Amino acid sequence: MSILSSAPANYGQRKIVDYIMRGLTIVATLIAIVPLVLIIGYVTVIGGGAMSIDFFTKTYEPPAMSDGGFSLPSNAVTLPTPDPAVPVDPNATPDPFAGIDLGGATGVTPVDGTQKGEALSAKAQGGVLHAIIGTLLITGAALLFSLPIGILAAVFLAEYPSNTIATVVRFCTDLLSGAPSIIVGVTAYILIVVPFREFSGVAGAIALTFLMVPTITRTTEEVLKLVPESTREAALAMGAPTWYSTFTVVIPAAISGIVTGVMLAFARGAGETAPLILTVLGSNVISFNLLQPIAALPLITYRYTESPFPGENTQAWGSAFILMMLVLVVNIAVRLATRNRLSGR
Amino acid sequence: MTATASAPNGAPAMTINQLKPFYGKRQAVKAVDLVIDPLKITAIIGPSGCGKSTVLRCLNRMHETVLNARAEGEVRLGDENIYDPAIDPTLVRRKIGMVFQQPIALRTRSIFENVAVGLRLGGMNDKKRLAERVEQSLRAAVLWDEVKDKLTDAGSALSGGQQQRLSIARTIAIAPDVILFDEPCSALDPISTLKIEELMVDLRRQYTIIIVTHNMQQAARISDKTAVFMVDRNEDGPQGVLVEYQATRDVFTNPQDSRTEDYISGRVG
Amino acid sequence: MAPAQTTREGLWERFERRTQHGDAIFWGITLFFALIVIGLVVAIGVVIFNDSALAREKFGWGFLLGTDWSPIDTDIAPASFGAWPAIRGTLFSAGIAVVLAAPIAVGIGIFLAELCPVQLRTPLSFMVELLAAIPSVIFGVWGVIVFVPFFTTYIATPISDTLGESIPWLAGPVATGRGIIVAGCVLAIMILPTIAAITRDVLSLVPNTQREVLLAMGATRWEVIWQAVIPYSRAGIIGGIMLGLGRALGETIAATMLIGNSTRIEDSLFAPGVTAASLIANELTNVNGPLHQSALVSIALVLFAITFALNLIARLLIWYVNRGAAQGGRS
Repeated sequence: MSILSSAPANYGQRKIVDYIMRGLTIVATLIAIVPLVLIIGYVTVIGGGAMSIDFFTKTYEPPAMSDGGFSLPSNAVTLPTPDPAVPVDPNATPDPFAGIDLGGATGVTPVDGTQKGEALSAKAQGGVLHAIIGTLLITGAALLFSLPIGILAAVFLAEYPSNTIATVVRFCTDLLSGAPSIIVGVTAYILIVVPFREFSGVAGAIALTFLMVPTITRTTEEVLKLVPESTREAALAMGAPTWYSTFTVVIPAAISGIVTGVMLAFARGAGETAPLILTVLGSNVISFNLLQPIAALPLITYRYTESPFPGENTQAWGSAFILMMLVLVVNIAVRLATRNRLSGR
Repeated sequence: MTATASAPNGAPAMTINQLKPFYGKRQAVKAVDLVIDPLKITAIIGPSGCGKSTVLRCLNRMHETVLNARAEGEVRLGDENIYDPAIDPTLVRRKIGMVFQQPIALRTRSIFENVAVGLRLGGMNDKKRLAERVEQSLRAAVLWDEVKDKLTDAGSALSGGQQQRLSIARTIAIAPDVILFDEPCSALDPISTLKIEELMVDLRRQYTIIIVTHNMQQAARISDKTAVFMVDRNEDGPQGVLVEYQATRDVFTNPQDSRTEDYISGRVG
Repeated sequence: MAPAQTTREGLWERFERRTQHGDAIFWGITLFFALIVIGLVVAIGVVIFNDSALAREKFGWGFLLGTDWSPIDTDIAPASFGAWPAIRGTLFSAGIAVVLAAPIAVGIGIFLAELCPVQLRTPLSFMVELLAAIPSVIFGVWGVIVFVPFFTTYIATPISDTLGESIPWLAGPVATGRGIIVAGCVLAIMILPTIAAITRDVLSLVPNTQREVLLAMGATRWEVIWQAVIPYSRAGIIGGIMLGLGRALGETIAATMLIGNSTRIEDSLFAPGVTAASLIANELTNVNGPLHQSALVSIALVLFAITFALNLIARLLIWYVNRGAAQGGRS
């Protein structure tokens, strides 16, 4: 029997299944890549369009007023008053939004091909300097709290890796990094905001600490484990105590990896919104006081996305752009650095 | 269940013409020319690094499944060249089976399903026929009596020697013409090794067998012909080369090539 | 990962060895901070558990099934706290997310681990992981402004106009565009990287011998994957899907911006709803009284408990798979 003629009856079918399924996995990968490209694209185009010197140097300005009084912009939403002449069908479910162009209300036209470009022309009023300062301060403070905890806990995990406490610590870092960020916000709210009856940047910083400690702990533990034992032993052989060896030899040897973890934690913390909603409240003025409510970039995006004022929508995209750039730059930089570290040694 | 022919005339011989296995740019073995007699056991021996496993894996087109590996040349089963671009490698592998060095049971499957996997791939779903073929294969692999009461147990629950016989049962279930054995006993204890050797001698009645082994005594015990490969150190790096191919008795008592003699007497390798 | 340089000593032996250099303090300090990490998790649990006491005592387990969430006393009826709208929204949106994301993400994992050309593996993996790094508020703003209109026009309205006639939970009208299904879709995109990365990792741990056995039987490449590689790593893949589910359940901001924030329970899944996280985010800072706050914190407690349990089971599954592979597997 020749090879070809001995093919089993279902051979053709199997080959088709093979091609189709392998093709589907490629399609699946594209399904992941496409949203990534779309999101980065839209944020870059719309949000990037909001970039200007003003954006970075000014703070909140109320929406422009034409006659000194408060007036809604021309495309604001007003609910229609029912026409008394038209009989109302008592059984019809009233649709309060019938006939309203919701896209127009947000100042950015939905992308369905009918109108484009309005978003790009809506100028942001004022800037987000207050939010930039706020984000830097809050995340910086959170970093200040997280660094000692994260690094020293990682030292513990690297030095004493195989005991129950270490296992529990690792589980806790996994749990915290995957936990709903609102839970962390709730905790900080109850612990700090309520007793002190005040929203504050510090409460936000503490909330972010819960989320940033796991990142720092995990990356630091990994790089500490990569430091060769000989490095440790060299210091110990000279009679130095372990703590000395750790702090003057081991940690400096792992410093690039630790910096990596810090950058990742910072990028993560800066982008978190939910904890800040419950702790920081947000603000419209520049402030350096962390004991009071303070502004933050994610809050700008969150709150202004649905604002009826187009200028504020643009600010929402602009803030999103800044955050996204931060995340992208940090992640790409970390990737490049890690690859060099792994291949260079 | 019986192989393509029980009469020696009908079973196809394997003819290897100028086979050159490559890893990337490096040619691992000098061009090989070999004719494998049907329904006989042919052993391939040689020191480590001489490429015997590489050559074996070229015979059922497994060599090319490794990244950047390819083979040039011809390998004919009967008068069909398995490297013909018109022929799908998956079909080749149904005709030329392989038993690996590590006894492998497919971990999530029962003993029954381990043997049946090739049959199911071929589309056989009829329970009765499957049961018949599985039993036949397990009997031929001298494993039936040990497992007939626990066919639904996990395949990985068997001992090493049993798993190797399970692998053999799995391979013969789809009725190949040739079975390739890649150092099948090197991970087994001496008693299991003997059982497998007896099994192979028995299987020779229906299948052409090619075995790679680093154990010369094993080759001497069971094979009809032996091919000897050595390592040739030239400027481009070590390269395998076929130095001798004769009836086993002659290889061991009257080797033609001095390198063979060195290897067999333990001076080299 | 890291080479095993530190031997598997017990804590005590290590302690003894170290204290020869007078390092009890070192051990003590690092242990202290390690315990702080544990303490963070414990703190969350304790705080949430305590603050929910009022509502828990008052309502008991029936709280979870109460269908009416009206935190404000009106002339017609007193305040009522039923968590079901929030739980329902959470379960459905996360459920839709997992149902959509799991097959796609496993497909991505298969592609990256088994089929992708070597040169593309790293860049593509990186891009998939980048999707995970994007802050969820950006998913929110993109979702609201870009995705919702698209979804409403091209997916929700056609479906509700056709299938919605006969299937109540696909019915229209799809006016505002926000609702459980659209939130579920964006959540699906957000959890793709989680499941895909874990799938890819567990698939790479499958010993090559399993693949070779099937190849040698004349299996096609897909058959090798489907019949040998995936069954071997089943547990790990399920663990990855569970972690993805956990992410979807707990996702706050994107869900809040996309779910429509209506505590009315409607049949149609295109209609707006509310999730546990979005309810808390919207109301916690404006509570009407301690019972309201306590009820919200009870919802937080339920959310925490579920994600805790999911994480635990998922990690155990993945650990089990890794351990089996590390021991070389029996075959």
